[in-house]
Amino acid sequence: MSEPAERLEKEVEDPGLDKGIEGLTPEKIQKVINRVLQGETGARLKVYVDTCVHCGLCSEACHYYLSHDKDPLFSPVGKVKQTMWEILKNKGRVTPEFIKRASRIASTECNVCKRCSMYCPFGIDIGYIMLTVRRICHMLGVTPQYIQDTAHSHAVTMNQMWVKEDEWPDTLQWQEEDARDEIPKLRIPLEKEGADIMYSIIGPEPKFMALLIYQAAIIFETAGLNWTMPATPGWDNSDMAMYTCDNEIMGRVKRVHFETARRLRVKKIVMGECGHAFRSVYDVGNRWLGWKMPPIPVVHAIEFYYELLREGRIKIAKKYEEPVTFHDPCNVVRGRGLHEMARYVVNAMCDNFTEMQPNREHNYCCCAGGGVINCGPPYKMTRMLGNRVKAEQIAATGAKVVISPCHNCHSGLEDIVTHYKLGTHVKFISDILYDAIERPGAV
Amino acid sequence: MYGIYDFVRGPLVWVALIIFVGGILYRVISMLMLARKKESLIFSYMSLWYGLRSILHWIIPFGSVNSRKHPIMTIVTFAFHICLLLVPIFLLAHIILWDESFDISWWSFPDRIADIMTLIVIVACGYFLYRRLVLPEVKFVTSASDYVLLAVVAAPFITGFLAYHQWFGYKFMLILHMLAGEIMLAAIPFTRLSHMLFFPFTRAYMGSEFGAVRHVKDW
Repeated sequence: MSEPAERLEKEVEDPGLDKGIEGLTPEKIQKVINRVLQGETGARLKVYVDTCVHCGLCSEACHYYLSHDKDPLFSPVGKVKQTMWEILKNKGRVTPEFIKRASRIASTECNVCKRCSMYCPFGIDIGYIMLTVRRICHMLGVTPQYIQDTAHSHAVTMNQMWVKEDEWPDTLQWQEEDARDEIPKLRIPLEKEGADIMYSIIGPEPKFMALLIYQAAIIFETAGLNWTMPATPGWDNSDMAMYTCDNEIMGRVKRVHFETARRLRVKKIVMGECGHAFRSVYDVGNRWLGWKMPPIPVVHAIEFYYELLREGRIKIAKKYEEPVTFHDPCNVVRGRGLHEMARYVVNAMCDNFTEMQPNREHNYCCCAGGGVINCGPPYKMTRMLGNRVKAEQIAATGAKVVISPCHNCHSGLEDIVTHYKLGTHVKFISDILYDAIERPGAV
Repeated sequence: MYGIYDFVRGPLVWVALIIFVGGILYRVISMLMLARKKESLIFSYMSLWYGLRSILHWIIPFGSVNSRKHPIMTIVTFAFHICLLLVPIFLLAHIILWDESFDISWWSFPDRIADIMTLIVIVACGYFLYRRLVLPEVKFVTSASDYVLLAVVAAPFITGFLAYHQWFGYKFMLILHMLAGEIMLAAIPFTRLSHMLFFPFTRAYMGSEFGAVRHVKDW
């Protein structure tokens, strides 16, 4: 029964974990764990642990569990047993090897998608428990190397991808120039104080998906909106520090983002098609900074497109004909309830839409989010083997295209459709919307 | 035997009740104080409406997606919890004891019904035992304490059933039954049986987060 996990264990070399545990001793580990447990956790963790009756009913919520032929090592409660229960039972006195394994489970075998919270009869927040394990591992310096590097990038540059300060406006200018070939009067307004909207995106867009900025600019221009992007750090809404549980860095990153919007005196922040960034701005980072809800209204791309279409600010000229299906990203659907708006948008721009089963807030996770894909190539097979059910779910729709308005889902699903040879393509909403809308000023 | 009987029927009942009631107060109050001290955010996110909405969906059989995925478990667990709560309160023999001691009484189940309900609890405990022994996902997270807790819950009903049918010596079984009941009462606040106390809190908190912040269902 425990074969798959052991087999994976042997395949992976990760300096973040292997080197991370060098120099740790059970005494040091105990000190740090107790500092986290006593200093940072309270009633929630205590009640969750005391209330769990070990019934195992959360198991079928988890795509890892289902994809590993119901191997209990991958059930939500099974992962808690292998990590937090052991930590509490031993009062924090665990070995460096245990911490390495715990970090691996919490960082790469759980996407903190919180589907299991909807399956636990008590509503125990298992994602929170796994994040607490990640926090402990972070404090011990035992975090997978790739995502740790990303967190370092956040700390140094306030963006996820080591984008330098001059590269950012350069990239925008480049996209603006390209887009002006299509709509000559188009601008990407930089630093426009008092604009209605600040548009913020994630680091990978300027780094290697600049076309998405182009497409967004066309949509903004067509809708005739008063918008801007900042020229300074604060343009990136993404946040891998949230997933390494480096909460201090997360707080700095979110503060810069909110303060930039404030400085530009915008009415709201519109975000690109990213799920984790939305979670960070809407749900997690704001709390760390002491805001119950975000200090400035935050609108995810799904809601933004929905409003533009409903108000007739953009119009569909030609519907997309290929059969499509829609993947509900956890952070904007289970995290914000945007599923019906997403369907409105998809139906408005596509002729042939088939639902995945299950769908909406019960959709299976992409297995990439929660920072798992950001843990890098060593864990690619963890994601592939851990999400066979997603491949089956997509294949059952017969769709040629999966639409997913989330960067992590997008990259994760690309890997899955390739690995399982589904012959399906993955697209953002904006990929299709850009093609489908009327563009009055275009030449 | 009568000495033990009087002890179990008298002082030990008081001890068990005091631990039960005092324990519940202690656990709930200390949890709320801990929450206020370290995680006051819980109170600011708690929503009465969404909390109750969530509780309602989870205390109705088949009200949640997961309960529909496990129909047998759903039927068994609902029958178990309902019988477990009602039988001790509405059993005629118990009410007679209240009447003798404090001169208060209320409506009771017919003995035949109470007998069947007791059997339901016992059979359900057998089903839970089967799950722990056989289903891999349950077995993996089961420890010795889970079997002990199951025994603590099953014991008052098994002994009560045997006493009622006067098998294995009525007086002896009655003593065992009262002892088992007292152990269970005392165990509730201080073991995972405390899910009885915390269910409304954890459910309401998750319901509030899902309802008011996330704008989705949590069932």
